Amino acid sequence: MNRRESLRTLAIGAAATGLLLDASCKPGTQKITEAAPPKEGAPDPSRLPNEIARDKKLSEEKFFTDHELATITVLVDIIIPKDEKSGSASDAKVPEFIEFIVNDMPEHQTPLRGGLRWLDVQCLNRYNTTFREASNQQQIDMVTLIAYPKKAKPEMAQGVAFFSRMRDLTATGFFTSEMGVKDIGYVGNSPTIWTGVPADVLKAHGFDSVWG
Amino acid sequence: MSDLQIKKTSTLYDAVIVGSGAGGGMAAYVLAHAGLKVLMLEAGPFFDPAKNSAQLKFPWESPRRGASTNTRNFGDFDAAFGGWSLDGEPYTTKNGTDFQWFRSRMLGGRTNHWGRISLRMGPYDFQPKDGLTTAWPITYDDVKPFYDKVDRLIGIFGTVEGLENEPDGIFLPPPAPRLNELYIKKGAKKAGVTTIASRGSILTQALPNNKDRGACFYCGQCNRSCKVYGDFSSSSCLVIPAIKTGNLTVIANAMAREVLTDDKGLATGISYINKDDMQEYQVKGKIVILGASACESARLLLNSKSSAHPGGLANSSGVVGKYLHDSTGAGASGWLPQLMDRKRYNEDGVGAIHIYSPWWLGNKKLDFPRGYHIEYGGGLHMPGYGFMDGIEAKNGLVPGRDGKMKDAGGFGADLKNDYRRFYGASFGMAGRGTAIAREDNYCEIDPEVVDKYGIPVLRFHYKWAAEEIKQAKHMQDTFQEIMHEMGAIAEPPAGPETMYGLKAPGVIIHEVGTVRMGDDPKKSALNKYNQAHDCNNLFVVDAAPFVQQGDKNATWTILALSMRTAEYILAQRKKLNV
Repeated sequence: MNRRESLRTLAIGAAATGLLLDASCKPGTQKITEAAPPKEGAPDPSRLPNEIARDKKLSEEKFFTDHELATITVLVDIIIPKDEKSGSASDAKVPEFIEFIVNDMPEHQTPLRGGLRWLDVQCLNRYNTTFREASNQQQIDMVTLIAYPKKAKPEMAQGVAFFSRMRDLTATGFFTSEMGVKDIGYVGNSPTIWTGVPADVLKAHGFDSVWG
Repeated sequence: MSDLQIKKTSTLYDAVIVGSGAGGGMAAYVLAHAGLKVLMLEAGPFFDPAKNSAQLKFPWESPRRGASTNTRNFGDFDAAFGGWSLDGEPYTTKNGTDFQWFRSRMLGGRTNHWGRISLRMGPYDFQPKDGLTTAWPITYDDVKPFYDKVDRLIGIFGTVEGLENEPDGIFLPPPAPRLNELYIKKGAKKAGVTTIASRGSILTQALPNNKDRGACFYCGQCNRSCKVYGDFSSSSCLVIPAIKTGNLTVIANAMAREVLTDDKGLATGISYINKDDMQEYQVKGKIVILGASACESARLLLNSKSSAHPGGLANSSGVVGKYLHDSTGAGASGWLPQLMDRKRYNEDGVGAIHIYSPWWLGNKKLDFPRGYHIEYGGGLHMPGYGFMDGIEAKNGLVPGRDGKMKDAGGFGADLKNDYRRFYGASFGMAGRGTAIAREDNYCEIDPEVVDKYGIPVLRFHYKWAAEEIKQAKHMQDTFQEIMHEMGAIAEPPAGPETMYGLKAPGVIIHEVGTVRMGDDPKKSALNKYNQAHDCNNLFVVDAAPFVQQGDKNATWTILALSMRTAEYILAQRKKLNV
């Protein structure tokens, strides 16, 4: 079976999972686009029944209080704000991702809950208000104290650890969203023919040929 | 009232095969195509990559963004049903030693998610010259015709290099390196380390005379299994085609309990539990072939005790379970400031490595026997859970776009830009090497523990020795040299406190050797055709017969030896010996 036939096979197989393939394009330019979503209630054939049940249960669990989730929303938008290229972390539903992931990975629960409280107590002592209700400038001042591990004061170490965890989860949540994947410029996950590093890139990096 | 009973079928199959991975799948393929009536038992569900693969899903289609779970140890999209621990199927370890056992319970077994790195063992791997490791009862020349046939049947890419202990195959064109890999290649050359095109069982071109498999379309997701059968999985390339002959019957969710034998000690069939109805069954075959994985096949034999085989089937030598060995494995990673702000394009490539370093020091005298190869990777890959974790360890080390250094970590628009700048700059390298097959590294039946089916479980005893640790140190030193020559910034290297990053035994998932072959029935369980010395209608076709693994990943040798055994069975049947 040649590549074109294999792509046609893929399109037929993929129709059931909501993908359509334009097999009329030349090889290398095929695009797979989202079509109608899979039929409601049809189980994902790549998942085992116990996985489907577990994911459903996890998605219905709620770990954070409304205050905690609102605080997380402020934090993730400070970490990844909207700019000229893409939206903010909360635009990409990062708080919802973090809510899911702490249920999936309970090892995040105590560091995040405790870290949020640590942050609130810091702000109460400094500004007589929680982090969420502090002014934007106060929030930035506070975050600045814990966002730079090498520069932070030793008494801020717990806050630094908390913020580094938040930064990692925010980056994952944002750059694995549809908005974030587009932002970072990942253009794969679509049928192509790999013939090596493009000529202009080879040249820019000082390589003579695709084999270096 | 009890509704538990043993259900016996009257059908007598020409062969009953336990396991559907590379070994069981190849035996089924050859025998079914030769017209034998074959029954295959698989402990997990039926799996067809065309229907069951998560290929081409984007990260946001997983609520955990592709992160691993207890049931998907290699991530949410990975094909393996199974993992390091299975619910209700424990294994134990002895005397504080460690062994990690990865089991895939599914049609095709671990071949659905494996790395597709397909290396032949070389002349010195079968007949070593290091004075320390044991020779096989066969030579490379005995196996070469079968490697050739496997290449043609399944398809493999690579380049003809003429290297002494890295035999060439019949190759499709290899994928060219990604940009990171060009830097690695250049750095390795300066460090005196050979790199060549990888060898992988992926169809970079249509496979001649095969209408059922599609050519690779370069999504780089072989670990999810391939919907167009563009790579090798036993399910897609062997078992499903064998079913189409009409001669192979597969029973899924069938967990083998023991090999049944008669008064004369010959194998008569398999007793198993059907996981769907939890009933006990017995099936009969003229020949029994085990391909349940190295450790699972040893477990089956040790659990198949009878008056004719008091120490377990095929175990009058007492070697079953012994000489267990996994490849050594250690890795390192780094990043290239030269790749910051790089141009974007589709760099997924294939789902195997693109380049590797075959062992480049030959039989040079070192403080460990033989060597290892290095696998490399990096590129503009699909973001997933953990994407750019720990950026605070990187972004304080290089100047920003304005040429000024800044404080590590941060937040806001500037940080968002840093993620864009660093994307695609990282790479990794991993050594995979020869571990010595030792009698004292073994699995045995735990005298006290059973699984949820009442089957006695395995207990492992495995320790690395000085040779493996010294090899890992050599790997780390080499990685550092290569990264230095690349102009890369290396992540902190693994030192003596972690045995130089040497992974726990089992973690590389190349475990072999537990039912070794040999000419002497007192020192081996199988003859050189994988036929039991003690029971001539019993064969083992997974990685259990390996005497001594080279640094090469086991799959291509499992396939070649299983094909060789299946052809031997056909020849012996004609002579009416079995």
